[in-house]
Parts: sequence; C-alpha cells; structure tokens
Amino acid sequence: METLTLGKSLNLGLRRAMEDDSKVLIMGEDVGKLGGVFRITDGLQKDFGDERVIDTPLAEAGIVGTAIGLALRGYRPVVEIQFDGFVYPAYDQIVCQVAKFHYRSRGKVSLPMVIRIPFGGGIGAVEHHSESPEAYFSHTAGLKVVACSNPSDAYWMIQQAIASDDPIIFFEPKRRYWEKGEVDTAAPLSSAYPLHSSRVLRSGGDATLLAYGPMVRTCLDAATAAAEDGRNLEVIDLRSLSPLDMAPVFESVRKTGRAVVVHEAPGNIGLGAEVAARISEECFYSLEAPVLRVTGYDIPYPASRVEEEFLPDLDRVLEAVDRSFGF
Amino acid sequence: MTKVERAAARRGGKRSGPPEPEFVQLLTPEGERVSHPDYSVDFTDDELRGLYRDLVTVRKLDAEATALQRQGELGIWASLLGQEAAQVGSGRALRQQDMAFPTYREHGVLYCRNIDPIMPLGLFRGVDQGGWDPVAHRFNMYTIVIGAQTLHATGYAMGIVKDGKVGDDDETSEAVIAYFGDGATSQGDVNEAFIFGSVYNAPIVFFCQNNQYAISEPLERQTRIPLYQRAAGFGFPGIRVDGNDVLATYAVTRAALDNARHGQGPTLIEAYTYRMGAHTTSDDPTRYRVASEVEAWQAKDPVVRMRKLLEKQGIADEAFFAAVDEQARVEAVALRERVLSMPDPDPATMFDHVYPNGSPLIDKQRAEFETYHASFEGSH
Repeated sequence: METLTLGKSLNLGLRRAMEDDSKVLIMGEDVGKLGGVFRITDGLQKDFGDERVIDTPLAEAGIVGTAIGLALRGYRPVVEIQFDGFVYPAYDQIVCQVAKFHYRSRGKVSLPMVIRIPFGGGIGAVEHHSESPEAYFSHTAGLKVVACSNPSDAYWMIQQAIASDDPIIFFEPKRRYWEKGEVDTAAPLSSAYPLHSSRVLRSGGDATLLAYGPMVRTCLDAATAAAEDGRNLEVIDLRSLSPLDMAPVFESVRKTGRAVVVHEAPGNIGLGAEVAARISEECFYSLEAPVLRVTGYDIPYPASRVEEEFLPDLDRVLEAVDRSFGF
Repeated sequence: MTKVERAAARRGGKRSGPPEPEFVQLLTPEGERVSHPDYSVDFTDDELRGLYRDLVTVRKLDAEATALQRQGELGIWASLLGQEAAQVGSGRALRQQDMAFPTYREHGVLYCRNIDPIMPLGLFRGVDQGGWDPVAHRFNMYTIVIGAQTLHATGYAMGIVKDGKVGDDDETSEAVIAYFGDGATSQGDVNEAFIFGSVYNAPIVFFCQNNQYAISEPLERQTRIPLYQRAAGFGFPGIRVDGNDVLATYAVTRAALDNARHGQGPTLIEAYTYRMGAHTTSDDPTRYRVASEVEAWQAKDPVVRMRKLLEKQGIADEAFFAAVDEQARVEAVALRERVLSMPDPDPATMFDHVYPNGSPLIDKQRAEFETYHASFEGSH
C-alpha cells in the first residue's frame, strides 16, 4: 500500500498502462515537457519519448480526430482535454465519429480510445474551467462514461479504461486531485473492482446518497455528520455514468426507502433525473419519499467568488435528507 | 435575366463557365496529349485502355445507382458524374498498401481499389451505414460529416510514421489520401488536419475535388483565393490539376503520394472539376446554376477526351469501345440485381455493435424489444 494523491495515482496508472502496452499513446495540449497543467502526465514524455507522449497543436477537434486515425492504425490513444469547458470543439468528433465508428462498421473496427477530462468546480477558476459536461456524453450511445472519486479508483479505473476496447470518456474530479488515499499499486489489474460497477462506500439503513466524482467525498462527509445525529446514510459511488450500474442502487433503496442524488452539474435533464426515474421504475413500492436531487443550479457556472454557493455541499445534502424524512 | 443568370454574371460576368485556371494538364479536352515540365506519365497502350474502361464503368455504375434511386430502390444517391477522371486518376495512383479516406461520393476511387461496387450501396439503400472493415479494404467507410475524415486520415498517417513505414521503398512504404470537396475547405476539421499533417510531417495527400459547388453554394462562398494556394499558409506544397484529365490527375497524385511515403510530408492537390449532376438525388441544381455553365463543362468531359486520345493514337477501335460499353452494362445490370435482392435487416440487429464490450442497458432494451414484438405473433 502506498499513500498517494488522486493526481499521482492517475499518473502512475498511466505509466503502468504505457509500460504494459507499447501501443498506448498520450496526446494533448502541454502533456509533454510540462506534464499537463495539472501534472497528471508528469515525467511520462521524459521516460516514454515524444513519439508516445505527444504535445499536440492547440485544437481539440484535431486531437480527437487524429486520435481516431491512430486508433484505426492500431494504437490506443489517451487524449487529455485540458479543461471540461474546452471539450466542445471536439464534441462533433466525439459524438459523430468516436461514438459511431464501431456501430457504422457493424463491429468490424473498434476505437479503443480514452478521453480524459478534468471536470467540476471548486478551484476558484475563471469561466469554462469548472464545468460538468458529463450528461452530454452519457446521453450519447456508443460512448462509455466513467468518473473516479478517490486515488485507488483513479489508479485502477484509468488502466481499465485504457485496456477496454470501448471508447471511454474519463472524468477526473479536478478539485480532488490533491486528496490522498491508500493505493495497492502492487496488485494485478485483473483484481481491480470492475470498471462499470457502482460501489457501496458506506453502509447505512436510513437513506441512500448517490454521487460520483467530486461529490462522493461530500456525501461521505455528510454521512459522517448525519451519523452524529443518529442517522445512518448509505453512500454509493456510481463510478460508471454510462452505462449506469443500478443493481446495487436498487438493493440499497429497497432497504432504505429514501434516495438523494448529488452532482455538481445543473439538475435539469441531468444524471440525477435518469437515476431518479430508474429508481421510481424499479423501487416504487419501497419508496418512502420521492427521489430528491441536490445539484448545481440551472445557470451558467458562476463567478468563482460565489461558486461555493452554487456547488452542493454537506449542508445542502443533509437538508435534502431532512426533506426526504419529511414525507 | 433570371436570378440564377444574374448570380452567374456577378461571378465574373461570364455565362460560359469560369475562366480557365492554371493547372497541370496532360490531355486536353480535344484529346491531345500535351507535356508538362514537372509531370509526365508513361502508360502502355493496355494501361490507357484500362483507364478508359475504368472511366466508362464508373460512369455507368453511377448512372445505374441514380436510376435505382429514381425507382425507389435507393434512399438517396450522391452521383460522381463529371468527376470520373479525378477519382480514377487518383484511385489508380494509389499503391496497394496505401490507405484512402473517402467522402460519400468516392465510388470511382472505391472501384479503382478493386473493391466490389456493391459495398457502399447498403448505406444508400438504408440497410446499413457502411459496415465494412476500413483497414482490410484500405478504404475507410464513407464519412458523411463534411471534412471529419481528413483528421482520421491525418491520424492514420501519423501512425504510419510511428510504425516506421515512411521510407524510400515504394513497395512497402505507406501513404494516405484524404478526399474532400471545395465546401469542406471551410471546415475547421480540414484546416486542423492541414496543421496536424504539417507539423508532424505526416505522409498524407489532401485531395480536394473542387467541383465548384457545395450543394448550391458556389466556390466564391468558400474562398477568395484558389484553393490550392491555401497550402502555402500551412507549410506544404499545393498544386492544381485538371481534374477532368485522368492522366494529369494520376501523375500529380502518384508524385504527391510518393513524396509523402518518402518522408516529404503532405501535399494539397486541388482537382479542378465540375459536378455535372446534382449534389445528391434530393437536390435540384437548376435553382442555382445556368445551363450554359453546365454546357461549357460538358465540352471538357473526362470520358470523351480519353476516347479521343485512344482514337487518335489508333489503339482502340469501334469493337473495343462497344465491348467496354457492353461490359459496363453487364456490370451495371449485375449491380442492379444485387441491390434489389439486398434484404432489409432484422430490426433487432439495430441493437448490435453499439459497443465492442456490450452494454447491459442495450441488452435489456433488446430483450424488451423482442418480447414486445413476440407479443404480436399469431395475432394477424
């Protein structure tokens, strides 16, 4: 076991994937000498060379579009999008090409690509640097979408995503890059928790909190605080946003009868709506209260001096739990 | 003047077609062989007859597909009429190991890759969306989003460099050709492909068929300078070729491909041609261009000039031309019969191949779909 930050875990996971498979490439803006603006690719170009860790022109559609061609050629590109709000120039290539190549070819060709996107707010940044665009991609058939929430998952999930033949959008909770956790880096990849599975991180019988990415830590903290008041909250890390792994969620809600979904992205037509709908379809007779959502507001991401009021926090989560118990 | 005539007049005051541009030409519209200081071809008589056969055949197959659409057998067709020389010349210039990234109109290139012409017709009939292995055929699936494939082509070419497949040996070194049209040159993707191709010195030929129109929009809506001159700004050579001259198109493309495979990086080729038909069978070109313009281009027909050459050189007789026409007719009939016998897919197959590793969500929906349909069995 090593104690690592989430960012360093990603860095080591990328390193291990590159060691395991010489076809793995890293592409993006400033990923080479600089090691990326968050240093997630730190040291990789030095050790693997600039043919495998590629500083690209500053053009996101170009990065993703050429990564498609490299994948057709047999490579496994791992693309870094510098910030969430910069992915949109590549949106056409991702939605119209990455997501559809396998389907268009009737399964004759795959694009084993990973597109890494640091996402979410809480770092005091300017516009376009704090967004949560996961619903756009989760809505698109042909893409798989995951979000890591802790160092151990970061280390394993990035390797699993790279090893997968599915094209995967990989969301990283940028404000959690510096949080530390235990990682068993010596274990084999095959022993890792399955990539597209949700996971119960804390057991409790009174209500279920559902989150992914940066909000998992918030929900765990909320559960700790609730326990002091005698309320036992179960916390589930969804981990895979497309496909959603709902079986553990249904099991939990049948037990607790109450569920609160938490994400930073605006609530309107968001992941929380899909989760709530699925719960109501499957657990209708177990529910003691409607599924509630705690999300960012349906506004553009606000200026950083007020972002703490925009982002769901421990108090808003507990307030929603209280409302759930009010039914 | 009609509105369309006024528009034509604004484009240079001529109603007899655009001014003759500077381009590489080895065969005039009258069928005269001319020389060029930088480009030449040395074809045997057999090869010249073969090129003629290609031109006639791809035109005939194209006409058959247009007819099939008119008869309701294809949902849509994007005709290559008028662009046969640009496609046959560039298609035959490819070496076996080269990779092509087409738009949705490169039926002639596909034919010259020795690929069964039935392959893309499922897409136009609506029974699939391509469905072939791009790498096995050395020919990517048709790409419908304008210009998107130029980036895929560039990435593929970057992979050739990484694989160490750039070099002096023409038989093993690889190159890529990316097809696109004049309209696509306004797309960000195409300009980004130029940049990536340039800075990574990728072995790629950007082959622009300038057929003068992006659906209804004339070239002046895309550019103020000749398209081939754009290359200079990206740092690689650009050249304009007579796209209705199969010999010149072959010579220019073969040279550019070989330069690319030898490590000299990209070339932009502007094949100057004309879309004699509609953009697709859904289009009505009489709304935006005048008959006189079309007639002027008719006089530069790529097939006719090749026939004139064969006649002038005395290397083909009436019997040969008749045999070529007959062979093309036979191929077209065979194509028609195969299109008509293309079955509609089993609806449940729409759930296939969304992901290489599958998805429980789709498995569930497929099961629900099948249960729903099974519930109707025996009820009618």
